[in-house]
Amino acid sequence: MTQVSTIAAIRFGYGLGPKSKPLNKTELLGGFAGADSIAKKFPVNSTKVVLQQVLAMRRAKKAANQKPADRERYDATRKALKNTAALGLLQATARVLDTDNAFFERLNWFWADHFTAVGKNLATRALAPAYLDEALRPHVAGRFADMLKAVITHPFMLTYLDQVSSFGPNSAIGKRRNKGLNENLARELLELHTLGVGAGYGQHDVRQLAELLTGLGLSKKQGFLFNPGISEPGTKTILGVQYGGEHPNLEDIFSALENLAAHPETAHHLARKLAVHFVSDQPDPDLIKHMTKAYLGSDGHLSAMYQAMLEHPAAWQSLGQKAKQPFDFILSILMAMGLTGQEFLNQKNKKLQKSVNNSLSAMGQPFMRAPGPDGWPEAANEWITPQGLANRITLSVRVSKFFRDRVTDPGDFLRATLADAAGERLIWAVSQTEDTREGITLVLASAEFNRR
Amino acid sequence: MSKPSLTRRGLLKSLSVLGCSAAAHPLLTTVTFASVPGDARLVVLILRGGMDGLDVVQPVGDPNYAIARPNLQSEAQDLDGYFALNNGLADLMPLWQSRELAFVHAVSTPYRDKRSHFDGQDLLEAGTTPDAGFAISRDGWLNRLLQVMPGATGETAFAIGQENLKILSGDAPVSNWAPNTKLNLSERARMLLTEAYHDDPLFRGAALEAMELADLMVNDAATDAAASDEMQAMMRQDGGRSDNALAAFAADRLNHDTRIACFSINGWDTHRNQGGALNRALPRLAQSILTLKQGLGDNWAQTTVIAMTEFGRTARENGTAGTDHGTGGLMVLAGGAVAGGKVYGRWPGLAEADLYDRRDLMPTGDVRSVAGWAMADMFGLDRSALEGAIFPGLELGQNPGIIL
Repeated sequence: MTQVSTIAAIRFGYGLGPKSKPLNKTELLGGFAGADSIAKKFPVNSTKVVLQQVLAMRRAKKAANQKPADRERYDATRKALKNTAALGLLQATARVLDTDNAFFERLNWFWADHFTAVGKNLATRALAPAYLDEALRPHVAGRFADMLKAVITHPFMLTYLDQVSSFGPNSAIGKRRNKGLNENLARELLELHTLGVGAGYGQHDVRQLAELLTGLGLSKKQGFLFNPGISEPGTKTILGVQYGGEHPNLEDIFSALENLAAHPETAHHLARKLAVHFVSDQPDPDLIKHMTKAYLGSDGHLSAMYQAMLEHPAAWQSLGQKAKQPFDFILSILMAMGLTGQEFLNQKNKKLQKSVNNSLSAMGQPFMRAPGPDGWPEAANEWITPQGLANRITLSVRVSKFFRDRVTDPGDFLRATLADAAGERLIWAVSQTEDTREGITLVLASAEFNRR
Repeated sequence: MSKPSLTRRGLLKSLSVLGCSAAAHPLLTTVTFASVPGDARLVVLILRGGMDGLDVVQPVGDPNYAIARPNLQSEAQDLDGYFALNNGLADLMPLWQSRELAFVHAVSTPYRDKRSHFDGQDLLEAGTTPDAGFAISRDGWLNRLLQVMPGATGETAFAIGQENLKILSGDAPVSNWAPNTKLNLSERARMLLTEAYHDDPLFRGAALEAMELADLMVNDAATDAAASDEMQAMMRQDGGRSDNALAAFAADRLNHDTRIACFSINGWDTHRNQGGALNRALPRLAQSILTLKQGLGDNWAQTTVIAMTEFGRTARENGTAGTDHGTGGLMVLAGGAVAGGKVYGRWPGLAEADLYDRRDLMPTGDVRSVAGWAMADMFGLDRSALEGAIFPGLELGQNPGIIL
């Protein structure tokens, strides 16, 4: 049996490192209160700030079109937006490296994947970090329904799944401008965000929900805005429940989201996804059942579901059933090297920062750019392909050069990084290395380090 | 704890004699001895996101088309008097004229009603029939093709790109690689890593395949058969991640012992501003096909490219100058082996009563039949292999005669 502290660090965190202190089951949930302070220590730009930057860029562009001399100012506004976007990966990395509760950061990224949204141009890409901090982070330990409402009203999601351009065909503005529905968000909301594709909903429910969601709009200065002028009037029936009437309002939408969040199929869908993400690609059905029950019995409180996961024996068995996704693989490396958040952000480490970003793309997981709204694949064999593993090995070789001064003895590095998770053959192979770099490469490229 | 069973003395000895292979991997060791299964080459392109067939090959001869799409008026060129080709594929017109380009309209997989991209794509790649009691299988139909193909080796089929393609997953060995992937490890580090992976089949298998493929690429690049400088430059585009890089790499492999290649092209989920979105996606598809043709040279004459998508889109445009998820769609076929210059399929019409669910283009054919007949003609497979092993539960129907 692998020690609890090893499993806690590797399965529920970003692995072991010289700075990490051993955690037990209770401590994993105990440190959620500290999540705010780490976000404050490494902040990102809020939606409000980003919208101002976008407006500034658009104004500067107009000016530059009329007067070429103003081109420089336009370039500066673009640069500002690019920096805002780049801050996402930088601060996320720094937070993980310095946090006292890696489990919270893992959960944060789990929900970011569950509610995948991708920026399609510079202006929207710059909103990605704000989306995570405003729509997800405050609710990671709260109620799922609250997270759902925050996501569905965030400009980043509204833009990504086209909701901002969906108009009620019979709304005042829809009729005047001859605009109509777009089903994109409504369908993914049922299929991906709440009930799950196997649940008992149909095209009629998708259509009715699309009608109900009209009204979710944007203002260029304020961000989210409910606009009754684009809302489809009339009652909508979703899964047999009626919503709305002649005077559309946001509360009708929120009441549908509450009901969807409270649906047993949603509970099961979320429990299964969490168990798959953290424990196993084929999780124990009893674990899912236990988590589903905790969710339904707690008015959809996510902490109750996490606690149910952590108290179930299946969560502490057979380490290594999952493969770390590239983002977690890279962060585990930095963790193993004992890098601090400040060190990572240091100007001197520009090359390392760039390399983290490029390596994510090379390993098939460009930062916050999943190929579709269903996010990244979970199964180990989706990632540990010949080409995927070749890229991980190549990165391990490069890292072993970059960080060689941080490791004196490969055997010590192996013990500090994998503790009792290292297998006999790996221990033997590391003992046979002739130089430190080779040892570091073996540890980082090993199956034990890439699994959790 | 029991000790690993290998003898460390033996391994240490072999470590000192560098250069010998770490293990016999079934993937490539047989290649030298096996004969390549024929000259026919098949490239399958998976168009992820649900391509709107109605906008790509537009049924301008159907009076209901203009009614269904008052605001989606993309430029198109006449194909056969009834259908017109979206100008996003204008670069393929020379292939249409030389009869190396064909389309099959109003086709779909057996997937119905839920209209999920992800289930739709899984079923497209699995090639099974869910309503006939066959679950969405874990292996893909191109892998099942390899299982019945005489002389197939691990190099016969290539899954190209970073993603793990389900369509090629299964019991038959295939090669998985992305262009521009390197594996610079000392022989010694390879041996130690192979030893460390020994008890983990997933890592062991992937590492052995990676090592053999990395070597294969290095060796092929050093021989006379290497691709031209221009094609090699293409393979490095965008770190080997662009569509063009995938196409150039596919052509290079198909010029060697590979006969089946597959990769995917994204960008077809056109819920809004479809005109703009297709103007980006279609030229990428056209360029991929043209890069394949250029790279394949004389081998293009024996090549069939089949591009397929998980579903078509709504017959009517939606309220945001786009279309939502639908059912019946379009297949694109190209290559010297294709009986081109023709839009195949049975046109169901676009009157409301003719639509599926009063919403989508009615599928009148199954994409698996089209692919099945193509494979039958290319690789000499019989009907029972197609209806039994490759597409279980499918009734192939009449041969549309798409392969010359």
